[in-house]
Amino acid sequence: MDAVLFYVFAVLAVVNAVLVVAQRNPVYSAFCLIAVLCCLSAIYGLLGSPFIATLQIVVYAGAIMVLFLFVLMLLNVKREERSPGDGVRLKAAGFLLCAVLVAQAGAVLLRARPGGTGAAAYDASTRRMAEILFSPYFLYAFEATSVLILSAIVGAVVLAKKEL
Amino acid sequence: MEGLTELQVELLAATVKVLLVVGVLLGLFSGMTYVERRLLAFMQFRLGPNRTGPLGLLQPVADGIKLFFKEELMPAAANRLAFLGAPVVAIATAFMAVAVIPYGPPFEAFGRRWQIQIADLDVGLLFLFAISSLGVYGIVMAGWAANNKWSLLGGLRSAAQMFSYELSLGLSFVGVILLAGSFRIADIVDRQAGGFWNWNAIVQFPAFLVYSIAACAEVSRTPFDLPEGESELVAGFHTEYSSMRFALLQMAEYVNMITVAVLATNLFLGGWHPGVPGLPAEGIPGFVWFSAKVGLILFVFIWLRGTLPRFRYDQLMSFGWKVLIPLAVLNILATAAVVALARR
Repeated sequence: MDAVLFYVFAVLAVVNAVLVVAQRNPVYSAFCLIAVLCCLSAIYGLLGSPFIATLQIVVYAGAIMVLFLFVLMLLNVKREERSPGDGVRLKAAGFLLCAVLVAQAGAVLLRARPGGTGAAAYDASTRRMAEILFSPYFLYAFEATSVLILSAIVGAVVLAKKEL
Repeated sequence: MEGLTELQVELLAATVKVLLVVGVLLGLFSGMTYVERRLLAFMQFRLGPNRTGPLGLLQPVADGIKLFFKEELMPAAANRLAFLGAPVVAIATAFMAVAVIPYGPPFEAFGRRWQIQIADLDVGLLFLFAISSLGVYGIVMAGWAANNKWSLLGGLRSAAQMFSYELSLGLSFVGVILLAGSFRIADIVDRQAGGFWNWNAIVQFPAFLVYSIAACAEVSRTPFDLPEGESELVAGFHTEYSSMRFALLQMAEYVNMITVAVLATNLFLGGWHPGVPGLPAEGIPGFVWFSAKVGLILFVFIWLRGTLPRFRYDQLMSFGWKVLIPLAVLNILATAAVVALARR
């Protein structure tokens, strides 16, 4: 049952991810991206971590994408405008990055053993998550991230105020 | 219950629960449209709908039939897919949210312990928050797809408003979660057992205040009904909708309102606990307490609509970001300090 659901959501995620890039209309792209995020959340849920699954929705689908859509609709962007000239270079860079990604995924797949210790071996409960996050190993990284986000907020306010 | 395997019993129970919750919600929705119109009318010295059936009680039925047989209209320049999909998204998110809320106390029947709750998630409150944050998409899609300036403005207002007030809504949950030490809504309710002085509405008064205001804004009820301000935006995001699609959008709004009321009862008003020590909270009395509290909150929603004028948009934004969010954060700081010191 879990395997069937995994394949359903995995296929949906990949199809929507391709559509995000292939769509000409940015609003459609945004909706497809929301679908991808929801599918990923379902996969996290299947891996036994409802906490991360819900956070995926709260943070990405529920907050960041709402802002994206808000801006797209406020500017009323109809169709993507293409600037001639840099198409070839961008495509080359895209293919190169894709090749790196495929190589990485392949390397991971080759090393993975079927039937080995999978996600089920981990305790992915909310309590365990919190313990790991606030353990000495991750505490500094966690705090550094919050300082980074805070400085980004201050930067955003400064930039916005300059316009006023 | 004999002769059934464990799985069959579970499936049967789940089906019954889903049918029960959805059925009651749909009934409550049509009932609420009647009650709201009548109460509003009384508050304005009018009579309200009183012609269809005794006391006008059949008005929701007449409205339902009317909406079914009305013509479906779609603007020629509308985006077909998004226009048709928006009511579906709105109603789906509204009904997903009700799945994790417990309705009433646990009770014994057929030698088992039951609770009217479709899914008892460990991260129940967080899940609810996630789904409610998705609810805005139905409205935004509806506003954008119709290709109408009023609709688009309504959709944009709605996105900005929900986004701003969702933050304070989420922050108001945190104090309650800290006190209960759990995301499970049933745990939060059980922490408030005993006298009414244990209720989060009193222990977590600032959070209750923030929740009440933010919840009102989340469901776009007066005084936060700017997304569909009739005097300036015709009807906001659902201007171009007619017939059953309009009814679906309307239904999503009412279901969200009921969800918010049920959640307020569970998180802040002690859920099914009567609030007076010694009175029974299990079984039938628990359901009575629970329904009475939900009914009271729904009445307050209608009362507010009959009393308060609408906010101006800049007032709405500055109030949300400069008053509600700081208040919620201060409440979290204080609660966290008290909880940490009490654990010492």
